[in-house]
Amino acid sequence: MRYFGEFGGRFAPEVLMEPLIELEESYRKVKEDDDFKKELDYYRCEFGGRPTPLYLAKNLTREIGGAKIYLKREDLVHGGAHKLNNTIGQALLAKKMEKNRIIAETGAGQHGTATAMAGALLNIKTEIYMGVKDIKRQKMNVFRMELMGAEVHPVKSGSMTLKDAVNEALRDWAANVNDTYYLLGSVVGPHPYPTIIRDLQSVIGKEMRDQILKKEGRLPSSIVACVGGGSNAIGSFHPFLEDDVRLIGVEAGGRGIDTGKHAASLCAGEKGVLHGALSYLLQDDDGQILQTHSIAPGLDYPGVGPEHAFLKDTGRAEYTSVTDEEALEAFLKLSKKEGIVPALESAHAVSYAMKIAEEMERDDIIAVCLSGRGDKDVGIVKERLEAR
Amino acid sequence: MRISDKISELRERGEGALVTFITAGDQNKDLTVEYLKALCDSADILELGIPFSDPVADGKTIQAADIRALTNDFRVSDTFEIVERFKKESDKPLVLMTYYNSIYVRGMEKFLTEAKRAGADGLIVVDLPVEEGREYIERCRELNLQTIFLSAPNTSDERMREIDHATSGFLYLISLYGTTGARDEISKEAFLLLARAKRICKNPLCVGFGISNPKDAKSLIKAGADGVVVGSAFINIIGENKGRKETIIKLKKKAEELKDALKR
Repeated sequence: MRYFGEFGGRFAPEVLMEPLIELEESYRKVKEDDDFKKELDYYRCEFGGRPTPLYLAKNLTREIGGAKIYLKREDLVHGGAHKLNNTIGQALLAKKMEKNRIIAETGAGQHGTATAMAGALLNIKTEIYMGVKDIKRQKMNVFRMELMGAEVHPVKSGSMTLKDAVNEALRDWAANVNDTYYLLGSVVGPHPYPTIIRDLQSVIGKEMRDQILKKEGRLPSSIVACVGGGSNAIGSFHPFLEDDVRLIGVEAGGRGIDTGKHAASLCAGEKGVLHGALSYLLQDDDGQILQTHSIAPGLDYPGVGPEHAFLKDTGRAEYTSVTDEEALEAFLKLSKKEGIVPALESAHAVSYAMKIAEEMERDDIIAVCLSGRGDKDVGIVKERLEAR
Repeated sequence: MRISDKISELRERGEGALVTFITAGDQNKDLTVEYLKALCDSADILELGIPFSDPVADGKTIQAADIRALTNDFRVSDTFEIVERFKKESDKPLVLMTYYNSIYVRGMEKFLTEAKRAGADGLIVVDLPVEEGREYIERCRELNLQTIFLSAPNTSDERMREIDHATSGFLYLISLYGTTGARDEISKEAFLLLARAKRICKNPLCVGFGISNPKDAKSLIKAGADGVVVGSAFINIIGENKGRKETIIKLKKKAEELKDALKR
């Protein structure tokens, strides 16, 4: 399916069209292939540490005194984020397609790290594009990527963040389509990427569903996940689309939506075409893409996955935002109360979950996708605290 | 004058078409008009790029030109003004090159009618493949705007047929794998693609991406291309920022050199 309602599509330069068609066909084949599924499952469990727990954050729940808050512990996936769910799958696909080189973009460095892991594991040469601004604020991840044998290319164009890393990765791919697999990290980009990555990340929601039924005998009333490109959110939401469960995506409100310094494409954007898909974008009235801001590098992107745009317009999911400050407070609170240091990205979801838990009944259940751990962010947080 | 008519006229004379590309508003819109006029002494078709913040099909040279234009608060509507002013002085065909978002955000109908009213003869939308462009193709036909689509070295025969069918004016052959930008020599893919396209396509064929010198331009015409597109070589001259007068002299000279090589 090339479109989600009116969103998505394949708005790509001609040189990428045949590779995208080839990717779509290869994926269609492996998707139903038992050996592929078995291999993917093997690596996800034995290498990646799945299934991840669905953990009842009882201290946090008690303190807030409302709905029960469960955390889907994607921070415990090897590498420290949900990103590996996707990279292992796509790297296996790259192998099947006989591509001997993988490229990827990265913002926070989590996708770059997870790609480097998959590359090392499957012995595929890996190169990562990363904005200079992100390289500065996520130094540890850069070094991790390099340790695992990946080459990191600094991107100096535009806002020097994730958007520009995607631009450069697309340019590299155009120049090297014959031997290179572009391993996109979120549910963005031209068809079939949003579908492939959603399928691979849906493991989060599938596990969540089994686990909550086992623990509580019913589905959660709400699922909350942060949304940058939106891969952990769509992975959490997708298996619940047909159920009576509130689905809430939390975008980066930055310094506040009114200030214009944020990355909330669904809450404050307009429809447009970027990186191969029609979706909501942060752009000016002339269609030029705007610079974004978030304390969380992984959310610092002016677009969003087309399926989220569709879920927003149909009303099936709701989207909101929390500010840098609120995310930071949630980061501190979860660390202190539960002994879990969340990624700043995930802290956005935690913040909003805490907000709504308060107004909910005690027997309500909120499942939060804790998409990553916060080791990479301690530098940023320390600076912010010292500046206070 | 329509693009395809121009190419037929040149064909009869045994000449290859020189298609020159520059970015609208690079420096400022007044200068863009002057640069177009300078180029059109030798150029047969003028291609004018609309700057975009995220030009993924373009290499460093055009990216830099886009940034220069956008930093000077260039608006998409300025493009139409430039075209209108240029067209008052020349009837050479002019093609607009854009990314699809500029059309989408403005509204397809508004964009196309404004382009037509300004005097544009055709459009290239680099990130709008034929399968996403049905409405666009239809509307352009009704407005008598020619739709130039691209084919790459990896475009299959079957796909190329479809692209040719959707194309009017000329088919734009991408000479290499990658983005725009001057290269020292033409890849062998360019010649393979050209040979294949000659077999498959009904439209005139112009080759672009990476062509910057008379020798390469000539060799492509000899191999059967109807024209060549040269962009980054001109934009590099503008980017040197040596002042209006010198830039104009250099642009004229470069275009003349290239055009001479395309004459028998």
